[in-house]
Amino acid sequence: MREREELRLSLMKRYGRRTADSVNGRPGVPGGPGRPGGPHGGPGGMRGPGGKPDNTRQTVKRLMKYVFAEKLRLSAAVVCVVVSTASQLAASYMLRPIINRYIVPSDGAQGDPGGLAAALVLMAAIYIIGILSTYLQSRLLIEVGQNSLRSMRRELFDHMQKLPVKYYDTNSRGDLMSRYTNDIDNVGNMLSSTLMSLVSAVLTLIGTFGLMLYTNVILTAVTVVMVPLMMTAAKRIAAASSGYYSGQQAALGAINGYIEESVGGQKVIKVFNHEAVSNEEFDILNNELRQHQLKAQFFSGIMGPVMNCSAQINYTLTAVIGGMLCIFRGLDIGGLTVFLNYSRMFNRPINELSNTVSAVFSALAGAERVFAVLDTETEEDTDEKCLKVSCAYEPEAVKGDIVIENVSFGYTPEKTVLKNISVYAHPGQKIAFVGSTGAGKTTVMNLLPRFYDVDSGRIMIDGHDIREYSRSRLRSNITMVLQDSHLFSGTIMENIRYGRPDATDEEVIEAAKTASAHSFIRHMPRGYQTVIDADGSNLSQGQRQLLNIARAAVSKSPILIMDEATSSVDTRTEKLIERGMDRLMSTRTTFIIAHRLSTVRDANAIMVLENGEIIERGTHEELLKLKGRYYELYTGKAELD
Amino acid sequence: MKNYLKYAKPYRFAYIFGPVMMLTEVFGEVWIPKLMSLIIDNGVANHDAAYILKTAAVMFGACLIMICGGVLGSYFSVKASVGTTSDIRKDLYSRILDFSFSDIDRFSTGSLITRLTNDLQQIQQLIVMMLKLALRSPGMLIGGFIMALGVNRELAMILLLIIPVLGACIFLIMKTAYPRFVKMQKALDNLNGGIKETLTNIRVVKSFVREDFEKEKFGRLNDDMRDRSMAAMRVVIFMQPVMMVFMNAASIAVVWLGGNKIILGSMLVGELTAFITYITQILMSLLMLAMVILQSSRAVASFKRVSEIMEYEPTLSDEGAACRDKRIERGEIEFKNVCFEYDTDKVTGECADNSDTQILKDLSFKINAGETVGILGSTGCGKTSMVQLIPRLYDVTSGQVLIDGTDVRDYSLFHLRESVGMVLQYNTLFSGTVSENLRWGNENAADEELRRFCEYAQADSFVSAFPEGYEKMVEQGGANLSGGQKQRLCIARALLKKPKILILDDSTSAVDTATEARISEAFAAELKDTTKLIISQRTNSVKNADRIIVMDEGRIADIGTHAELIDRCEVYKEIYFIQNEKKEGEV
Repeated sequence: MREREELRLSLMKRYGRRTADSVNGRPGVPGGPGRPGGPHGGPGGMRGPGGKPDNTRQTVKRLMKYVFAEKLRLSAAVVCVVVSTASQLAASYMLRPIINRYIVPSDGAQGDPGGLAAALVLMAAIYIIGILSTYLQSRLLIEVGQNSLRSMRRELFDHMQKLPVKYYDTNSRGDLMSRYTNDIDNVGNMLSSTLMSLVSAVLTLIGTFGLMLYTNVILTAVTVVMVPLMMTAAKRIAAASSGYYSGQQAALGAINGYIEESVGGQKVIKVFNHEAVSNEEFDILNNELRQHQLKAQFFSGIMGPVMNCSAQINYTLTAVIGGMLCIFRGLDIGGLTVFLNYSRMFNRPINELSNTVSAVFSALAGAERVFAVLDTETEEDTDEKCLKVSCAYEPEAVKGDIVIENVSFGYTPEKTVLKNISVYAHPGQKIAFVGSTGAGKTTVMNLLPRFYDVDSGRIMIDGHDIREYSRSRLRSNITMVLQDSHLFSGTIMENIRYGRPDATDEEVIEAAKTASAHSFIRHMPRGYQTVIDADGSNLSQGQRQLLNIARAAVSKSPILIMDEATSSVDTRTEKLIERGMDRLMSTRTTFIIAHRLSTVRDANAIMVLENGEIIERGTHEELLKLKGRYYELYTGKAELD
Repeated sequence: MKNYLKYAKPYRFAYIFGPVMMLTEVFGEVWIPKLMSLIIDNGVANHDAAYILKTAAVMFGACLIMICGGVLGSYFSVKASVGTTSDIRKDLYSRILDFSFSDIDRFSTGSLITRLTNDLQQIQQLIVMMLKLALRSPGMLIGGFIMALGVNRELAMILLLIIPVLGACIFLIMKTAYPRFVKMQKALDNLNGGIKETLTNIRVVKSFVREDFEKEKFGRLNDDMRDRSMAAMRVVIFMQPVMMVFMNAASIAVVWLGGNKIILGSMLVGELTAFITYITQILMSLLMLAMVILQSSRAVASFKRVSEIMEYEPTLSDEGAACRDKRIERGEIEFKNVCFEYDTDKVTGECADNSDTQILKDLSFKINAGETVGILGSTGCGKTSMVQLIPRLYDVTSGQVLIDGTDVRDYSLFHLRESVGMVLQYNTLFSGTVSENLRWGNENAADEELRRFCEYAQADSFVSAFPEGYEKMVEQGGANLSGGQKQRLCIARALLKKPKILILDDSTSAVDTATEARISEAFAAELKDTTKLIISQRTNSVKNADRIIVMDEGRIADIGTHAELIDRCEVYKEIYFIQNEKKEGEV
């Protein structure tokens, strides 16, 4: 038992830091279309907006902008809400004159069926108006909601396309994804349903309250006393449940983190016969989650019954006091009847409000996170701010003459990654970078297409600072083949053509032949039309790299960057591609990073990077003669990571 | 469905009492209006204050019962749903652990994770909702109806007329809405998939200046999402107005008929009020039920996905093993006419018999105990597939793999894998300290032992250099270690198993040649009795092996020592010279 407890603590230490959000969306928020409403909605995400009130006001203001884009529909919807609420109130109030005048006239006369019929016709008319406006309102609102959702998503996506690579390097993909899946979803729910139920709830509250006052002041007082009591009870429960809720989220985060790691590494688990241990660990985390869930969900679960019951108590009190009033103060029966109806009607929006509050909070928190992305500076913004020159140089053709001059750079101000680097390359030359992990090879490659900007020094292409070029012109003249071979879901043809959209089929096939990808593509079930999925599970790592090279080959840009482009291709295949690659490189200025030193041997110049500095440079032969670091690496005396 | 009963069984008490307790709410809700009508009709009409107070006391009592029932009901429902899902999660997890490699490939890691996390969460919510409403809604329907009957038989007939028609309307709306929701979900999946892809590939997008293309692609998905949601919502929003039509029509009918009865003296005013309340309650409960069913469509999809796993028979098990207790003693390996292909149905569902898909074609060879064998060949020629057959990570399609003369399928998986140490091509380390990771190989290994095996794997030097030494925390996936460090730790982890057969699948690719040479020296000196299979792309890594297997397109091109192969094997020669012609600089 003690051992198990120790294991539990160690597991929670290892995995407990992760929040549920960071792994897999926020569970517990029902979301989805059409909230069930009613007393059993339960608190969704019991989290406050987390911002200061001032912040919240800003967020609300900005959110409203999306909604107000649909001004016409929105104002029509508001009118509909007012009409439907009013007609509901009116129809319910009509019951009083109907009872008092036509069914049991207060003067003791005989009832009047004819009058009753006439009154009911009027009531039916009011009902019809109410129903029509209710339908119209929801119809308008789904359009408002969906349209604002769409434009919010589009704005977010468009903005993300403009964000610098740095942003993607510092934010996890799961986090960014959850802006779309959770945050916008929450906002959408609020816009399409919560907002209007809020409006209608408030209207109903005010209207009912007015009618209650009009009907009977003393009975209204009963309700006025009861409501704060109900609210306090609700608050207490919510406070308790939110405490347990964060415990549940932590446990959920831990188990999700564990699942992610162990399912991802399951092959290793099997190879080590580790199933039993893993099962036990999982069991512990699972139990942890069970305990927390029991508490958290119990407390959020009793919210409904408690609210419901206090509504009933309110109803009972009203009935008793109302009854007494009838006896001693001459309240009419019709009045009591409608008042009892009101007391029910009054409770419903309060219930609804208490349910929507949490939805509103999580929507606001979501909106804040979305806006945080939208407020992140784009690449262009940074240009405008920091650079004097306008980035608009768009030459007809670029030759590919590159000069890197005294460049220093660090991802963070504290840590300089590149120190005073100078390299030049004439058109068609091949420059190689070697060095261990973290030496700064990839960083150099990041600077050329301006994924990051230099801190000092400058990089020039054809005699112009790269910051003078427009970004799109600059990048379309540089082709990159990256180590992580990223492909898109679609056909192989489409994937290769990604390098140049106007390439003909023949050109695509030619490129594939250059990259030695043609032969394996031909063996695929549908050749070039074979559909591959984004994670490319039907291709080997090496094949994916070949497709990446083909994609680069189809592009006509004069500058080529190869970052470990052939690390997963075996030496024989690499030999096969070599000729194609040589042809590819002969017309382009090439910067190449390679793990296997054999692939960089014939470069015009090899730069050996260590700790951000070029410590040796020269041709293969020169460097070997130097008997320095390169010599050590090449002969296997030192390790390359 | 039947399979799930066993998960409900331990909580059957909660499963029964949860809904039953919820009935107290129904009871309160239908009884209180009745009591209220008594107050009006008897108390107020007869000016009987005592009667009113007495009835009120009963009403308060009902409230008390309601709240107790509600809280208990919530307790039981939560207990049942959390309990059941916890148990399912546990079984699901161990089920997934039973999956063979090909099963994992078939389902993909990502989808397995979603099933364990999001899908189970959805199911849990569904169970709670069901338990809370299972008896409540029907109870409300029936209870309300009975009470209504009690108040006035004729008026209750209105309900008999309305409920089926309303039910039919709701059914129709849901039937129309459901497929639209399915389509909406699909559009959502597409949208999310598209976003994810672009985010993953952002460098590619940027470097090829294809932002506009991506925006356009996203725009299409986004529009599609909006249209699909609208299509679904447009149907759903009919629910409320339709509801209102019936509710209001019923109210008017009741007031008309009831009013006339009161005028004629055959009914009381309080009864009319109570009756209207019942109608509202009954119809509301119907609406709730419909909404919940609609909501549950997502959970049902999750349920299907979880069931898929629960009902899936792992394709590889040791149930039929003939020599369950046999352990591997020597480590002699023999392949007899082995053919192998991966399950193809997951990828394209096509060309099952196509010889193109056959990874290994009729392999036969024998490796003696204690021998060191290098395996060489180009990407995709089947090296990895071949060695994976030895610890039964996959099963042969035809032929036999024998260890110590016994088919690997006749060993228990535990004994088999216990004796086969394997360092996979894609290495994984887990969150925890270095020593915890190493002890995967042997739980009870002493610290000295850890150090000794790390020395063999040339890992001790860098581990000792960490300030925390062997207690250094490894981040998820070993993110804070370099590639070469990870590989050497993984080798040490495999060595700690003291396996009879050790397989290294290209697992020194990030280690420099000098270190690699030291590792092989340690192997030769310390692991004399272990059969060693070393896959590599570098000829120099396998040059000193006792024998080298050269593979080409799923076949064995040749087997022999370095000297023999360099003499007669074209493929080997080619590889060797490509790699070594360029290595003239080497001493």
